[in-house]
Amino acid sequence: MRLRFIMGEVWTGLRRNSTMALSVVLVTFVSLTFVGAAALTQMQVQQLKDAWYGKVEVSIFLCPENSLFEQCAGGAVTTVQEDEIRAVLEEGSVSDLVDEVYYETREEVFENIVAADSTGVYSQLDAADLGPVFRVKLADPEQFQVVADATSGLAGVEEVKDQREVFDQLFTFLNAATFVAAGLAAVMMLAAVLLITTTIRLSALSRRRETTIMRMVGSSKSLIQMPFMLEGAVAATAGAVLAIGGLWLGTRYLVEDWLTGSIAWVDYVGREDVWTVAPWLVAIAVGLAALASLVTLGRYTRA
Amino acid sequence: MIRLDTVSKVYTRGARPALDNVSVEIERGDFVFLVGSSGSGKSTFLKLILREERPTAGDVYVAGRHLNRLSSWRVPHLRREIGAVFQDFRLLPNKTVYQNVAFALQVIGKSKREIHQNVPEMLELVGLAGKERRLPHELSGGEQQRVAIARAFVNHPPILLCDEPTGNLDPGTSVGIMRLLDRINRTGTTVLMATHDDEIVDQMRKRVIELKGGHLVRDQDRGVYGLETV
Ligand SMILES: Nc1ncnc2c1ncn2[C@@H]1O[C@H](COP(=O)(O)OP(=O)(O)OP(=O)(O)O)[C@@H](O)[C@H]1O
Ligand SMILES: [Mg+2]
Repeated sequence: MRLRFIMGEVWTGLRRNSTMALSVVLVTFVSLTFVGAAALTQMQVQQLKDAWYGKVEVSIFLCPENSLFEQCAGGAVTTVQEDEIRAVLEEGSVSDLVDEVYYETREEVFENIVAADSTGVYSQLDAADLGPVFRVKLADPEQFQVVADATSGLAGVEEVKDQREVFDQLFTFLNAATFVAAGLAAVMMLAAVLLITTTIRLSALSRRRETTIMRMVGSSKSLIQMPFMLEGAVAATAGAVLAIGGLWLGTRYLVEDWLTGSIAWVDYVGREDVWTVAPWLVAIAVGLAALASLVTLGRYTRA
Repeated sequence: MIRLDTVSKVYTRGARPALDNVSVEIERGDFVFLVGSSGSGKSTFLKLILREERPTAGDVYVAGRHLNRLSSWRVPHLRREIGAVFQDFRLLPNKTVYQNVAFALQVIGKSKREIHQNVPEMLELVGLAGKERRLPHELSGGEQQRVAIARAFVNHPPILLCDEPTGNLDPGTSVGIMRLLDRINRTGTTVLMATHDDEIVDQMRKRVIELKGGHLVRDQDRGVYGLETV
């Protein structure tokens, strides 16, 4: 009985204030699309980190014969120095962080460079111009800096490099994009709360007669207020559903079809990630509506 | 049933009190007129009983409850024991007669069965049988007030408060309304009615409580409207 009554009231209220309800739906739709986009971007960042950092190695370039680097003034790296560096990596303070150490001789380095080079420029070089390299696989790729600090000062080390530097630019960009999306989302969510507040207020005013009578005949406060709260919640949830639909279509056609078609070697977020985000979007929508009810209802439906 | 003990009500600080040190006791089953000129505090008196307003000083007891100490979440339970009727009817214009009366039961969680049983019975009692499907604007003022009374009484509250229920009605129609209130009173319901209507008060010969500028100036059994007419 009560449920039917409340549902009836909610429906009447939404119909009576249909333009307001529609604007609530649209504003929550846009704001939650931004929230979802920000969340998906972060999921993408995490996914890329997981996929790439695992493959990434730290390369410790050792001094070649005629290095331009100051720390190689002493000439090419000696076997003693190589053993010392290896000792630091395998038995020293950073040995916990190191998974595997692989030594590439200068000939191997040369071969790899020539093999990767299609222009033929590097084949002009001589293996003797290059230094050998320690390729280090890290147990935890995030700990690159610690390993770099521990080895870069050692005698015979020319330079310590991490392939991550290449990715980090991309991540900086993606993080900035997340920030922009989150910022826009915050502004839109504020707009949504204000709009829901106004909707509830209008709805309460247009139903003054009903609520006055309800108070007079002894209706409970929750029954008086519930329809207004639900009205906001229903409209906001509709916005969330639209946002989820938008994100789903976005990942389906933009990411899965278009991006994967043009840059295939990246592992992208997919539709299943939208489903991970979806419950949160609905929860945020309901939260926004609850917040709006909280600041409005006390004043407009007095007991 | 209703007891006011040295009750005062001041709406705005420094202003003349709307009620000033009023003590009244009304027994179960009484029919009481509350009279006095405009602004004498009649509506305030009724609002204190409904717990729409709280007294500035003194104690209010209604249906065994001490309203000063009644927590706000219990107020709805108090109001289910009080029916209220107003000068302006306060019907929902887009609901039919039947729906208007049923609304009062719906919103306090009564079952469909109870509603189906009680509403026609009540419409019969107030003399509106056959007009269930009319909208308020298709009724005369007297009929609209009957709907309002049906709505106030459909839950069979032990107390019925009426604030100038005949204020918008012509004398002939008012008599009909008074007969109805009298009938309701005979079922054991305590009726408290604020009014300006001297003819009605004089005819009915019930207990009369008179307020003047917030003071209780008369409490008389089987009284008439104005003292000077005695
Ligand atoms: N909400 C309020 N705020 C401030 N003053 C009020 C309020 N309600 C009533 N008053 C004042 O209290 C006094 C008593 O008002 P009340 O409505 O009780 O009179 P009344 O006897 O019902 O008058 P009437 O016969 O015109 O309905 C008046 O002076 C009025 O101005
Ligand atoms: Mg009044």
